[in-house]
Amino acid sequence: MTAIAITPEADLRFYDLDEHDHPDGHSTMLGFWIYLMSDCLIFAILFACYAVLGGNYAAGPGPKDLFELPLVAVNTAMLLFSSITYGFAMLAMQRDQLNQTRLWLLITAVFGGAFLAIELYEFQHLIHIGATPQRSAFLSAFFTLVGTHGLHVTFGTIWLFTLVVQISRKGLIEANKRRLQCLSLFWHFLDVIWIGVFTIVYLMGMLR
Amino acid sequence: MLSFPRRFRSILRPAAALAALPAMAGCNKMVVLDAAGDVARRQGDLVMISTVLMLLIIVPVMALTIVFAWRYRAANKEARYEPDWDHSTQLELVIWAAPLLIIICLGALTWVGTHLLDPYRAIGRTAPGRPVAATEKPLDIQVVALDWKWLFIYPEQGIATVNELALPTNRPVRFRISASSVMNSFYVPALAGQIYAMPGMETKLHAVLNEPGRYEGFSANYSGAGFSHMRFAVNGLDDAGFAAWARDARQSRNTLDRLAYLRLEQPSENEPHRRFASVEPGLFDAVVNMCVEPGKMCMRDMMAIDARGGLGLAGIHNTRRLSYDKFAARGSNPAPRRGAVTALCEPEAGDGAGSGLAAPVDPSPLLGAGLSRPGERRPGTSDDARRVVAFDPAPPATGKP
Amino acid sequence: MTAQPTPISPIFGRFTLDALPLHEPIIVGTFAAVAIGGLAVLALITRFKLWGWLWNEWFTSVDHKKIGIMYMVLGLVMFLRGFADAIMMRLQQVWAFNGSEGYLNAHHYDQVFTAHGVIMIFFVAMPFVTGLMNYVVPLQIGARDVSFPFLNNFSFWMTTAGAVLVMMSLFVGEFAQTGWLAYPPLSGIAYSPATGVDYYIWALQIAGVGTTLSGINLIATILKMRAPGMTLMKMPVFTWTSLCTNVLIVASFPVLTAVLTLLSLDRYVGTNFFTNDFGGSPMMYVNLIWIWGHPEVYILILPLFGVFSEVTATFSGKKLFGYTSMVYATVVITILSYVVWLHHFFTMGSGASVNSFFGITTMVISIPTGAKLFNWLFTMYRGRIRFELPMMWTVAFMLTFVVGGMTGVLLAVPPADFVLHNSLFLIAHFHNVIIGGVLFGLFAAINFWWPKAFGFRLDPFWGKISFWCWVVGFWLAFMPLYVLGLMGVTRRMRVFDDPSLQIWFAIAALGAVIIAAGIGAMLVQFGVSIWKRDQLRDTTGDPWGGRTLEWSTSSPPPEYNFAFTPVVHSLDAWYDMKTRGHERPLSGYRPIHMPRGTGTGVILSALSLVMGVGLIWYVWWLAGLAFAGILVVAIGHTFNYKRDFHIPAATVETVETGRTRALAAGA
Repeated sequence: MTAIAITPEADLRFYDLDEHDHPDGHSTMLGFWIYLMSDCLIFAILFACYAVLGGNYAAGPGPKDLFELPLVAVNTAMLLFSSITYGFAMLAMQRDQLNQTRLWLLITAVFGGAFLAIELYEFQHLIHIGATPQRSAFLSAFFTLVGTHGLHVTFGTIWLFTLVVQISRKGLIEANKRRLQCLSLFWHFLDVIWIGVFTIVYLMGMLR
Repeated sequence: MLSFPRRFRSILRPAAALAALPAMAGCNKMVVLDAAGDVARRQGDLVMISTVLMLLIIVPVMALTIVFAWRYRAANKEARYEPDWDHSTQLELVIWAAPLLIIICLGALTWVGTHLLDPYRAIGRTAPGRPVAATEKPLDIQVVALDWKWLFIYPEQGIATVNELALPTNRPVRFRISASSVMNSFYVPALAGQIYAMPGMETKLHAVLNEPGRYEGFSANYSGAGFSHMRFAVNGLDDAGFAAWARDARQSRNTLDRLAYLRLEQPSENEPHRRFASVEPGLFDAVVNMCVEPGKMCMRDMMAIDARGGLGLAGIHNTRRLSYDKFAARGSNPAPRRGAVTALCEPEAGDGAGSGLAAPVDPSPLLGAGLSRPGERRPGTSDDARRVVAFDPAPPATGKP
Repeated sequence: MTAQPTPISPIFGRFTLDALPLHEPIIVGTFAAVAIGGLAVLALITRFKLWGWLWNEWFTSVDHKKIGIMYMVLGLVMFLRGFADAIMMRLQQVWAFNGSEGYLNAHHYDQVFTAHGVIMIFFVAMPFVTGLMNYVVPLQIGARDVSFPFLNNFSFWMTTAGAVLVMMSLFVGEFAQTGWLAYPPLSGIAYSPATGVDYYIWALQIAGVGTTLSGINLIATILKMRAPGMTLMKMPVFTWTSLCTNVLIVASFPVLTAVLTLLSLDRYVGTNFFTNDFGGSPMMYVNLIWIWGHPEVYILILPLFGVFSEVTATFSGKKLFGYTSMVYATVVITILSYVVWLHHFFTMGSGASVNSFFGITTMVISIPTGAKLFNWLFTMYRGRIRFELPMMWTVAFMLTFVVGGMTGVLLAVPPADFVLHNSLFLIAHFHNVIIGGVLFGLFAAINFWWPKAFGFRLDPFWGKISFWCWVVGFWLAFMPLYVLGLMGVTRRMRVFDDPSLQIWFAIAALGAVIIAAGIGAMLVQFGVSIWKRDQLRDTTGDPWGGRTLEWSTSSPPPEYNFAFTPVVHSLDAWYDMKTRGHERPLSGYRPIHMPRGTGTGVILSALSLVMGVGLIWYVWWLAGLAFAGILVVAIGHTFNYKRDFHIPAATVETVETGRTRALAAGA
């Protein structure tokens, strides 16, 4: 069939004869965004569960009895600071300053670690006084929502250390920069989710 | 709209049945399309009307498919061939508008029909042309789906039955429906459409049976191993027959109190019909509130407490293991970790939770266990202790009342 | 079956030898057959020394074409299992009359219908659809692979790991006895304490990871990798429907993941999301699972709508009628599929206004669907229709699907649903759309694209036998279920009292047997076609007079798909190239940049499988080790920066010269 030759129109090109490779990772950022949106949906479901079940204390304690806002405020500050320091890391990366990038990343990890430590302390305290996830649907939804966020931060921190090792070994090459950008998106995304958690779970819980 | 004359319906039904179905020689009747209760009949009519409405577009599409497939087959060189014809604004308008029109009609029908046949709405007529007087009180029947049988409580008559539902004809019936453990669906095809029976919740169904006779009801939502046998007989009786039936039931030597209910509730299959001459008052409410077991806090109390912010830290330990576990029979391993919130008040006198119930449960640690007692202070609970007092719990029971 | 808890061993968890169903003769027989068959296959592979080839060329391949084919094979294998379940149900239901309990007890039967639903949706329809999109989409958009080739391989193996878990439940422990959506409280630990629901949860979770990632991958591919000139409105319809499908996947599978996570927390940790006590709400689960479940239906059917569009246009020798309205109809369906979920449980008592809202939104979906049907109809109008197998399946689809669509709209009328919900009418309805729509579409697609994938056509004789068996069998098997539904017979029943129902079940069983013959004929068709492949050979790469880019390359396409990326000037790009006299470039080849295969996907999914087994059997140390293994392997994988290579220009030249010779010989 292809052999049938009709006079070709002169300027019509049907093949890209002079093509170049797709640059490596040309769709990584798009793909990662889509992933984040799907992750966002998981949080949306957890928020929805909290919204529906959050008032079912099963004649047990409610948010006012359990939450200590000052502690959570410190916790929030830790995460917000970590976002800022991650931003500094990205600025340093754009200037190709390896040591600066690494330093800011490690500072970010310290803040992230502090956030996790405070959260773990809070959980441990609640479980110690008997306010376990099993006690009521409210506590189930609370632990799951906040815990899922905490797990994300944990994995983000592991990822961060992996990247620190990788940039130390390979330097700020394109692939590593792309990875740092992905983690940056992930980290700020978790920050945004936390703002939601802080507002809806803690602040509104105290008003309830 | 949903109550056209019987004559029309009698023409419509076989016609549409023939259109949609293969020959049905010697089969039993299609109860969904020819029910014995006014509500189910109207629902069946709605099935027919919607089908006819949709056939208006389905039949031409099927016909056109065959015609085009035949006419434009490659072997037919006579047919016009226009390989580049791919657009026609008029035609596209038609192909979007035609389904749209049908759906507008069907949507209107749906809106009206759904509101008119809402199971929660008291029925306005018992049959075409026979409106229900505003003063007429419907017969109340409380339905509990158990594993795997049905319990029917007739509060007016003070009787209860298992797997047997007797209905007076031409009298509006209001079903209050709940379940003990998992979700089921209460369905008597001859009577009215189904509604889920859910634990800890109450659904309602209003219906009326017009023709006396024997019918069948069942669970229409899979609920576990005994589901297939979860059927009950429906007996349509005239008023005198129903009164006689109720009298008869009162002759039974069984009574249904909480203890009997808890025994009945345990999983079993193929339960024979059973009648109870009397029913403990408030049993159905206790079922809906999941507090038949003494010492378990009723859902309504729990929700009232929750609406006021819970019981605070003091309420944390106000739970206990269910010492009597109806689920154990279902499982293999491991033991389900079951617990419940403990009631704050003793069961009311007359709830039947007295002496008879000492057997399944030891009530001594139940009532308010875990709560700090008035005057006693635990660290960090001063506020909450006050709140508990405000709620006025009974002092912990020390023995049988 | 004792009420006493079995102690959980620190080494074996709750696994004991009792978990092996040695007392069930049917299962032991099945196991023996599977074991012998499996050993024979393994022996043959070893005998012909194919392990290395399988590992290097297939299992670790990141080539979207090979992954697509592997998905199809997975779907086919699981289809045989799912169909065996169907036959067992038909047999039980025709048997268990007049006081007979049939041959399956409740424990067994309840697993069979649950497994049938789960397998057919998650491990048959999903792999088929994903495989098809994987194979065709990159070719249709003129790309050399997907955006994330490694992820593609990983996704496939995760889906496979899920399938393995389901199959494992047949022989070790048990599968869920809850129905395919596992509504709590029945699926909660209190009422289903054994391993069944845990198998269900972890099979779906592991496969779900694969599905979500594959969705992300294909969206990125379609948005980023199209050939120059292919604007969104010049994309082939199949690519459009694939795009919408993958958007649906990404926007709905996380909901499933979340809701199953909550269910597993209820089961493992003792939380109270969906329990009766402590403030839990089982209704929440039902809502959430259907927020995933309804879009899932469209995930299955939309790609096949694309297939029918391609097939109708190709075999009518005509441009697709109303391309633009087809695209908009697809997009509208995509969006509307999120606002109809409540129609799956009108009977929960949501109130008349809520019910009518969801009823009407459901009906509204039939408008774009109807428009699509008319578009296919008017594509046939003034065409030259060649009734090859793909077109036959398409016409059968059009005649079958409208009936299923009609009964579906009927069920969307809430009062009608009150009498038909959960009845066999409902079963007939969704089999009518899933078999008549999804499966018929897949068969059209398999017959249509097989020559592209393997370079020879499928044998039409056996194909036609299969076609007629399927169509006749389908109508015989499911029309009686409509009738039974109208008689008030509900689904998932194991035994029946009313003897007058039996005749209808007998007809349905006969239909199932005829379908079985259709499946047999299809397997014979594959065998015969492979046997006679030289007679059925296609050297042109374009056996049907195709219209889209996949037909412009050779059959099977070279590893790199296109030696030179095509430039697109209009819809139906390949038809355009043919009519306007393109010339295939015969020189000037360049090295082609390709992704490198890797075994990481296989390893990660194997570890996930082990973790799943550990979690199901409460073997905590195993689950923990496997999880640690996953972390280590995943991190280790990121230390590999060399994930690509170049196919040298000389190799490309050799391959393309071969094609030039073949084309010349054919002409």
